[in-house]
Amino acid sequence: MKKEELFGKTWDELVIICRELNMPKYAVRQVTDWLYKKSVTSIDGMTNLAAEYREALKERFDLGLTPPMKVQVSADGTKKYLFQTGPNRYVEAAYIPDEDRATLCISSQVGCKMGCLFCMTGKQGFQANLTPGEIVNQIHSLPERETLTNIVYMGMGEPFDNLEAVLKSIEILTAEWGYGWSPRRITVSTIGIIPSMLSFLERSQAHLAVSLHTPFEEERRKIMPVEQVYPLPELIKAVKSWDFGRQRRISFEYILFKDFNDTPKHVKELARLLNGLRCRINLIRFHPIPGTPLEGSDDQAIKAFKDALNEKGILTTIRASRGQDIYAACGLLSTKELLSS
Amino acid sequence: MLCYLYLQVFNVDQENMQEGLREVEIVSVEEIADKVYILEFERFFEFEAGQIIKLAWPGEAKPRLYSIASGEKQPNIQILFNVVGEGQLTPMMAGMRHGDKILASMPLGKFTGTGGPAWWIAQGTGIAPFASMLRSGQTHNKTLIHGGRYHNSFYYQDEFIPMLGERYIRCSSKDSGDSLYHGRVTDYLKSIDHLPVGPLYYLCGSAEMVVETRDILIEKGVGFGEIVSEIYF
Repeated sequence: MKKEELFGKTWDELVIICRELNMPKYAVRQVTDWLYKKSVTSIDGMTNLAAEYREALKERFDLGLTPPMKVQVSADGTKKYLFQTGPNRYVEAAYIPDEDRATLCISSQVGCKMGCLFCMTGKQGFQANLTPGEIVNQIHSLPERETLTNIVYMGMGEPFDNLEAVLKSIEILTAEWGYGWSPRRITVSTIGIIPSMLSFLERSQAHLAVSLHTPFEEERRKIMPVEQVYPLPELIKAVKSWDFGRQRRISFEYILFKDFNDTPKHVKELARLLNGLRCRINLIRFHPIPGTPLEGSDDQAIKAFKDALNEKGILTTIRASRGQDIYAACGLLSTKELLSS
Repeated sequence: MLCYLYLQVFNVDQENMQEGLREVEIVSVEEIADKVYILEFERFFEFEAGQIIKLAWPGEAKPRLYSIASGEKQPNIQILFNVVGEGQLTPMMAGMRHGDKILASMPLGKFTGTGGPAWWIAQGTGIAPFASMLRSGQTHNKTLIHGGRYHNSFYYQDEFIPMLGERYIRCSSKDSGDSLYHGRVTDYLKSIDHLPVGPLYYLCGSAEMVVETRDILIEKGVGFGEIVSEIYF
């Protein structure tokens, strides 16, 4: 029988574990140091723990660290890492180096339930939620870990469909006993599961990105099934109800589709919808997926859309497409082929 | 065997603080197939056929979303659900009895029907919103394709057969005979040469089923704007 994994446990969980195993209170600090601050590769490697405590931990736990099983390198320097999280279960993470920063795009689920029309991950359906350890492992086991400046939860899966694991992973990343990252270097992206989004805003300090893709309900319903359940007006109302303060950022992701959501009418409605909200819009080029009925807007249209939004006073940027040649770009992550094989 | 126990809703004026949920008293919970149940409580709201509600265990698990299966004018709200192995709420719901309490929200969602022609395509308990639509009088110009494993997986077929006749297709992946199409919903759709232009295509089921079905429809010429999807989240 598979043992539970120690990696990914929070401080509070380790307090309980140490108590149950009759370990001293100070062992919690020793274990978190080994797990999150040092590069231990086995429970035996936790050498400042008494041998009897290591044995007790080993009896109940595996360490739970998994190195990537494959890496693909793009011509632009982006790397796509493949991790196995269980039998026939795989996730991908995209490492995106830039001049003065390096971002890791991590996954929160194997597959996705949301079924967005433009997303490759959605085409493989949903297989499993990742555990906090499996989420953090994508960072910890990355060869370039020390170079990372930003982490974005924009890989496979909908983070707020796996909220508790995502929150625990953020706690591990940001806690003093964990990796000690600033939450301002972490962004979590959602398609708008409102109750979980509000819970995340309350229980975390990380930035929020919302996949918007159109300011019109009827259009959004055609490309994002979640709109049936959590309609756009309620989503925006919920976002506007939150005080993001000066430091925390709210941004909206907007993939531009030719003749669908790239018109002046959309600019006007976006300005109306987001009026009063200090936010940013990230425009994203569409990376076509097999069988899609959608077509991406061309560069000229994207630039015109950006300029029009900026003129309306909405800070708008165009996200650079990275790793398209290795299917690491936005919306292209998928491990469907591995599942079927 | 159907066994309806009608009781009063418990203290309907008492709003629960958990996301505006309200405590209601169970009228009945009945197993209609292996691990598939119908839960009923007295209706305390107006709704549109196709809408969903949140259900939660008092003070415990977070709310989950379920389609309403009953008609807009029926006195009780019916929820069709199957017990999910790793689920937190459904095993408890399956064990509930008449008089037990559960938390329910007001209706939400926009997976609602129109008076126009439509193809309803469902998998498993994804039939619930279409049962609600049928029970609310939406029968004209409707075609229903329902996928299930066995001959007893076609919940509410006693109501669909007389109302829809040949416009009700049951696709069984395990059984055959008894007027069943042997195969999955997606097999059936692939076997159709020409899908009609004009109707809206409503899909309700798992992410896998909805995405695969949507791809087939688009490949056969249905515009993505004519496809309305609801996925079990």
